[in-house]
Amino acid sequence: MEKLGSSGFRDVDHTADLALEVWAPDLSALFVQAALGMYHLMNIQLSKQPGFLHQFNLSAEDEESLLVKFLSEILFAVESKGIAFDSFSIKFAGLSLQLTAAAKHILNQTRTIKAVTFHNLSIRHEPGRYTVTIVFDV
Amino acid sequence: MLKNDFIRISDYEWELPKTFRPDMRVAVRLFASKKLLIAALDDLSLVQAVNVATLPGLVGPVVVMPDVHQGYGFPIGGVAATEFPHGVISPGGIGYDINCGVRLLSSRIRFEEAKPHLDELAAALNANCPSGMGKSGPYQLRHAEIDDVCRLGARWAVNKGMGMVDDLRRTEENGCVEGADPHWVSERAKTRGGDQLGTLGSGNHFIEVDVVDEIYDVQAAQVMELEKGCLAIQFHCGSRGLGHQVCTDYVQEFQTAVQHYGIQLPDRELVCAPMDSHEGQHYLAAMRSAANFAFCNRQILAHMARRAFEQTLAGEIKQVTLRQVYDIAHNMGKIETHTIKGRQVKICVHRKGATRAFGHAQAGLPEEYLAIGQPVLVPGSMGTASWVLVGTDASMERSYGSTCHGAGRLMSRSQAKREVRGERLRDELKQQGIHIRAGSMSGLAEEAPQAYKDVDEVVDTVCGAGIARKVARLRPVVVVKG
Repeated sequence: MEKLGSSGFRDVDHTADLALEVWAPDLSALFVQAALGMYHLMNIQLSKQPGFLHQFNLSAEDEESLLVKFLSEILFAVESKGIAFDSFSIKFAGLSLQLTAAAKHILNQTRTIKAVTFHNLSIRHEPGRYTVTIVFDV
Repeated sequence: MLKNDFIRISDYEWELPKTFRPDMRVAVRLFASKKLLIAALDDLSLVQAVNVATLPGLVGPVVVMPDVHQGYGFPIGGVAATEFPHGVISPGGIGYDINCGVRLLSSRIRFEEAKPHLDELAAALNANCPSGMGKSGPYQLRHAEIDDVCRLGARWAVNKGMGMVDDLRRTEENGCVEGADPHWVSERAKTRGGDQLGTLGSGNHFIEVDVVDEIYDVQAAQVMELEKGCLAIQFHCGSRGLGHQVCTDYVQEFQTAVQHYGIQLPDRELVCAPMDSHEGQHYLAAMRSAANFAFCNRQILAHMARRAFEQTLAGEIKQVTLRQVYDIAHNMGKIETHTIKGRQVKICVHRKGATRAFGHAQAGLPEEYLAIGQPVLVPGSMGTASWVLVGTDASMERSYGSTCHGAGRLMSRSQAKREVRGERLRDELKQQGIHIRAGSMSGLAEEAPQAYKDVDEVVDTVCGAGIARKVARLRPVVVVKG
């Protein structure tokens, strides 16, 4: 995916594992793009059936920890419940977030991600733009 | 970082002094030929080794193996030793796939006799041993049963008739690391592991039937019951979702621990805590539980493979018995006693993509291996050789009783997919007499032999450096990949 829009993600080469560069105009959109990017790495295809409501709350000591917790939560939903989200609403309150999403069952997936890492993880803020590079263990 | 930053110790050993970067506490010792050193400079693996050299409580140089490649936090192919009990333990230094490792079984089945049945054997292994994305194993375990697996390791399976007592004797730590306490394994980790016991997984994990192609140490090969021209089988996998979640949980928890203990790090994935802290103790108990889950996983897979051999070859070939050579981890943290600067010191050896390689007469080895040293299993990459080595006195002195763990990746996964087509690779391997069963063709392409370094060169390097000795070379004839 090319860096055309105000938010998105692209694959970054990594010798053994996988990495994504993610960008967005605000933190909420950055988290959504990171989740979509992770689904893209797993090649997830969702069921055409109507979605169902899924919610969770998380808090952490800093934004990077919150991002890892958020993606790990989504990974757990994929692996243990066989579900993924196709629409997200994330509300931040300081270093806490509430996710409300439409969850759908996964029809097909061609890659497993073992974990979301903290490797060189740093969310960078510039005026109107948030960026981060995330490394996944596969 | 440049090649000239390294001081040449020998043709196969280099040192990056701790003066290279002000925050390094120890040097980095790299085992590599000149060519492999230059190749290692192509990615960030050696920068990652320098980052590891900043950890508190290291007792000596960070050791880097010739199969090194870029990981996350620690490089893959790195060894770091910290003093027990005040030094630190780093979950990222062991990795998400805790006790990822290799098990090797030998046989008296002559390749020529088995040759007409190999495709059927590949199908039987694929049918008996669940592999690939999202495949459940033969069990749906309750959390209390998972606790038993975490406490008993491979013995859990042997107690249920899946294997022999000799299998345990010929497994690192007899297939059960002491000090495991599943109380410190999260419910989430147990949920992830609940249906994954007895599964191979995907990625670079595999089952491979090989022919013993060449013997280099006749005495050691005899002791290991490896016979030229006979089949052997390898299993490469780990602790599945349970281990992945244990590491995830503790890397997250240790983010605050490092602040509490005032530990400054160049990379947050290196988070660590003193082993005698409550965080360190809890992680050790959880990590050992995951390690035992992995030993049990490989035990069950070996049992199912024995069944596949029986189904395919019984009646066709007289002796289809598979005897365990060894089972050894290459992602693990172990408390071991080593001689450091002339004194016996208890240390925690973090091996991330590195194999324990104890020399002869070391405590904990099966009696028959005391004279020859511990078997080291170095898998190749589908189309290439795998190696059986043994540890040496030099590995005890130079590398905390460790050596390489495989070929080591050279290409990124996306580059491999750009350059290799899975279907074509499968056909090429078939022409070479290698029967493949793979969960996906793109996954197969990612694991293509050309995506890896030359395993022979890696093995020549560790043997040239003296930190392992060749016993036998194996050639693949059946590969099952998730």
